[in-house]
Amino acid sequence: MFSLDLLLDAVVIGVLLGCFYGAVSLGLSVSFGLLDVPHVAHPAFLVLASYAVYFLNENYAVDPLVAGLLITPIFLLLGLAVYRLYYETFEKRGSDASVRGIAFFFGIAFIIEVVIILQFGVDQRSVTATYIGKAWRLGDIRIPYRLLVAFAVATALTMLLTLYLSRTFMGRAIRAVAQDQEALRLMGANPIKVKQWAFGIATAVLGIAGALLIIVAPVDPTLDRAYIGRTFCIVVMAGLGSLGGTLVAAIILGVAESIVLTLFGASWAPAISFAMLLGILAVRPQGLFGRRS
Amino acid sequence: MKRDGIAFWTGAVVFLAAVLVMTQVVGNQYPFFAGYVILQSIALAVAWSILGGYAGYVNFGTSAFYGVGVYASVFLVSAFGAPLPVQILTGAAIGAVMGLALGLLTLRMQGIFFSIATIALTIVIETTVTNWRYVGGAAGIQIQRPAVTPPFDSYVQMLFFVQAVLVVLAVAISRYIHNSWIGRGLQALRDDELAAECTGVPTLRLKLLACVISGALMCAVGAPAAMYLQYADPGSAFNLNYSVTTLAMSLIGGTAHWAGPIIGAILLGTTQQVLTVTISSEVNLLVLGLMLVLFVVGAPEGIVGLIYKLRGNQKEGEI
Repeated sequence: MFSLDLLLDAVVIGVLLGCFYGAVSLGLSVSFGLLDVPHVAHPAFLVLASYAVYFLNENYAVDPLVAGLLITPIFLLLGLAVYRLYYETFEKRGSDASVRGIAFFFGIAFIIEVVIILQFGVDQRSVTATYIGKAWRLGDIRIPYRLLVAFAVATALTMLLTLYLSRTFMGRAIRAVAQDQEALRLMGANPIKVKQWAFGIATAVLGIAGALLIIVAPVDPTLDRAYIGRTFCIVVMAGLGSLGGTLVAAIILGVAESIVLTLFGASWAPAISFAMLLGILAVRPQGLFGRRS
Repeated sequence: MKRDGIAFWTGAVVFLAAVLVMTQVVGNQYPFFAGYVILQSIALAVAWSILGGYAGYVNFGTSAFYGVGVYASVFLVSAFGAPLPVQILTGAAIGAVMGLALGLLTLRMQGIFFSIATIALTIVIETTVTNWRYVGGAAGIQIQRPAVTPPFDSYVQMLFFVQAVLVVLAVAISRYIHNSWIGRGLQALRDDELAAECTGVPTLRLKLLACVISGALMCAVGAPAAMYLQYADPGSAFNLNYSVTTLAMSLIGGTAHWAGPIIGAILLGTTQQVLTVTISSEVNLLVLGLMLVLFVVGAPEGIVGLIYKLRGNQKEGEI
């Protein structure tokens, strides 16, 4: 029977989950929201990061969060390289490029999935750490520590990235390039360099986000498909490029998923983010905090 | 034009006759099992390119239409024991309605937003089917094949022929669109939707038409698959792999000509069958993904584009 306790439980878990969703969507908020790159492979990179963390944790007993930090530089380089390739082959050619750009990232996502399957198999993988498996009792509500850790790191990450984009010189340049690329060129800056760096940062953040993903729940190679819905739902709902909006949108999604899960069971869970995404796209494509009309 | 039409229809009749003779002569069942999958790939790729190629709307929802086709059959068989032609026609009708719904829902969306919406549609439908007990839910459902109709010896041979008919149908429709004002209109809206609208191309109606035709064909192609596998489950019927494979085949073949998706599907479909049998299905998917990325980066117009280039760009738009 549905009770107020259950609802409260669902909302609390939903908020924590939402902040975590926000953290895994940050990269997309920059790459898709600010740079207009159709980055369908974002969730695939996320799952790839999770497997890298799993590898370090399993073989060298590295704490998942430390492992996430360790792979961040590699993901930065990966992001820089991917954007360069994307720019040279698609953005530069213009007109017809968007169709192929989408197919390009879809193909990349597919390759990552298959490579993970070939390397690690199709089974679920998880990490071990002291804070995984235990829970904190708050009255009647039981909150797993893994979710609390993810919540704390996710919030810190979101704040850091927001500060980076608003306070540092490079961060402001990134927001400038999103607003008017030509103006930046006239100021004597190279907009492509700025965009490449931004894409690199967006990918680097995935190192930590991937660690959070595997801390919160076990991962399998095709998990990216579910996260296409979650991340794009959040970024589109937030309004493209709004980092603060990303957090709010992520919490809305987290709470919605958590409540539906409690009411109707887990089998409906995958559809929630996608259904919300469809609804938002159809009714209000500019998002809740959108800058475009 | 006229002569090409005669050549095309002669080719189609010869192809169907050859398929029919093959079902009567070849005793081994394996060629039909493998061939069915290749024919299915061709039909899907051709159907996909009507919206994805001519109109430039990248549809990731092939698996949604295909899966709905499969489950339309599953429902019709378990509820009424409907025969195969009814399954296919109903599948096509549902696909047309679904295509229309997709078109209406995504009226204002372009580029990546349309693509993401089609993935979303796939997952929403898949989840609904997963929670639909009558057609087996997540566990899937077994289907009994009825007795085979003469002149065919086995059901798979019959399905092989049926799928060949669907391929001819899909190609004929795609070729008609390509050569008619519809195709030119779609290409105009692909190049610049605003400019096309301003010059009097009814972009909205054309886009909806492309969605309806493409959707109807994909669903019709999916319908016999339930009988082919004698089993259906949401996880495989709605598998995104169908979307990736179909998209890869169309783009690798090239979408500038109606023959492009056919070339791509035959080439990749055959390679896939060989790799799956000789190595593993994972390696086959890896090769598919690599070829897709390689082609969109290196040869954006696909094989057809390469052929045009070799011929010196003279005959573009003809045939």
